[in-house]
Amino acid sequence: MWIAYKTIVVKEILRFTRIWVQTIFPPIITTSLYLLIFGGLMGERIGDMQGVDYLHFIIPGIILMTVIQNSYANTVSSFFLAKFNNSIEELLISPVSYWVILLGYISGGIVRGFVVGLGVFIAVSFFVELQIYNIWIVLMTFLLTAILFSLAGFINAVFAKSFDDISIVPTFILMPMTYLGGMFYSVEILPEFWQTLSKFNPIYYMVDSFRMGFLGSSTTDLLVSMLVLTTMIMVLAIVAFYLLKKGVNIKT
Amino acid sequence: MLQALSISNLTKTYANNMKALSSVNLSVEQGDFFALLGSNGAGKTTMIGIICSLLNQTSGEVLVLGKDQTKHLNEVKRMIGLMPQEFNFNPFEPVEEILVNQAGYYGIDRSSAKAQAEILLKRMELWDKRLDMAKSLSGGMKRRLMLARALIHQPKILILDEPSAGVDVEIRRSMWKFLRELNDQGMTIILTTHYLEEAESLCRNIAILDKGKIVEQTSMKKLLARVSQQVLILESTEQLPDILPALDFKIERLDAYSIQVSLNDVNISQALIALSENKIEIEHVRSAQNRLETLFLRLTSKAG
Repeated sequence: MWIAYKTIVVKEILRFTRIWVQTIFPPIITTSLYLLIFGGLMGERIGDMQGVDYLHFIIPGIILMTVIQNSYANTVSSFFLAKFNNSIEELLISPVSYWVILLGYISGGIVRGFVVGLGVFIAVSFFVELQIYNIWIVLMTFLLTAILFSLAGFINAVFAKSFDDISIVPTFILMPMTYLGGMFYSVEILPEFWQTLSKFNPIYYMVDSFRMGFLGSSTTDLLVSMLVLTTMIMVLAIVAFYLLKKGVNIKT
Repeated sequence: MLQALSISNLTKTYANNMKALSSVNLSVEQGDFFALLGSNGAGKTTMIGIICSLLNQTSGEVLVLGKDQTKHLNEVKRMIGLMPQEFNFNPFEPVEEILVNQAGYYGIDRSSAKAQAEILLKRMELWDKRLDMAKSLSGGMKRRLMLARALIHQPKILILDEPSAGVDVEIRRSMWKFLRELNDQGMTIILTTHYLEEAESLCRNIAILDKGKIVEQTSMKKLLARVSQQVLILESTEQLPDILPALDFKIERLDAYSIQVSLNDVNISQALIALSENKIEIEHVRSAQNRLETLFLRLTSKAG
């Protein structure tokens, strides 16, 4: 099983590194633009947020946004393409358990999230002096976020029947959730109703705890954030496994 | 003797209520070279899909070397190698990587997989293409890549779904030679094909599937022995009379110089004598139909 798992992960890594111009390079450019515009040009006018200057405030959110987008994009595109060109049959006829298939794809998403997140972190370091309050919180939040969105991407790929279906969720659900999850602002500045609503958005907990790891300040209890993320991962993992085992849109 | 494959009451009904297989019973002996024939939509690919775990059956039992597919799924998967009808690899992966990855899914470590891939790619005349993306291969090369991939984990049973489609004559012959060698080494081979000549030339036993049902399962020899009717095309050097004589066998005009005769109880020399007595002199004789094709059409109710 270990060899099969390693094979899927290596295949996934080779897949996105082979097309690094599409997968690794663009997020770094986009992020640098975000920092230049929102942090560098507009940041000074906005002032401090959650006790730090705006540039330092938005950096964790921007890094996490790239992790979310890339972990999701990796599993959704890779698994959908495997369905599209029928190469998923290579796995289905082999004695690889469904858990191993799922873990392999999720691991691929985590690695891409890490590579791109680290790339953005390094790119940002050229412009801003970065401080990390607690590396373990940063790594733990990264890991949970990457797992969660790799799973979400996988489920999207299972249901997707066309290329449109793999871009609808990121555009119309993921992007608004990311932007409304406190990536560019502290939820403390929102009216109470919107603050309460934000707490139903899982991205809020990720951004908050990731920011805690960088800046040492958060708007919600770290333990609550971890609990929310872990629960969501468990739910999505069970759903993804069930879909795979049932062969939904894969086996008839 | 333990059967390589034993299928009982296999039924498959798709979600749209289309019944692709209905209570199919089939058995294939170990070491056999077995042909599964059927026209398009007969249910061949569905049956193969179920045997290889790509499709779920509605009901019925599949035993592979005595192991129940539902109870010993992984063991069964290890015993089977599949070369499907449609290309089903990632076209953006290099040729060698496709084989090495497939071996990895079967738990074969990378160095052993690379060694086995080298043997197979050389045998398939694809070694020079090992670093090329699969999409750059020709149709015939892609088929050979899929054959190599089906063999990478050294299965006991090889299932080939239309292996010769799009392969030129020379490569097809060399593929047949290779398949015969594998069969001589003890590998059970199950083949579906549209080239009836391929089945006649390679296979010892045969089953014919029609509209989801097995209409015939026997040895190739016995089946061909049943073709009592011989259909021949006879060509004359002189123009044939406008009205053909009534003889003891069926006679049909094809054009001004040739006729087609269907011989049942009459042999060829009797037929030629009878024609000569009616002033029809024959210069050339040739077979009108492949024998297996004749039978196939008869069994699947498609003859004229």
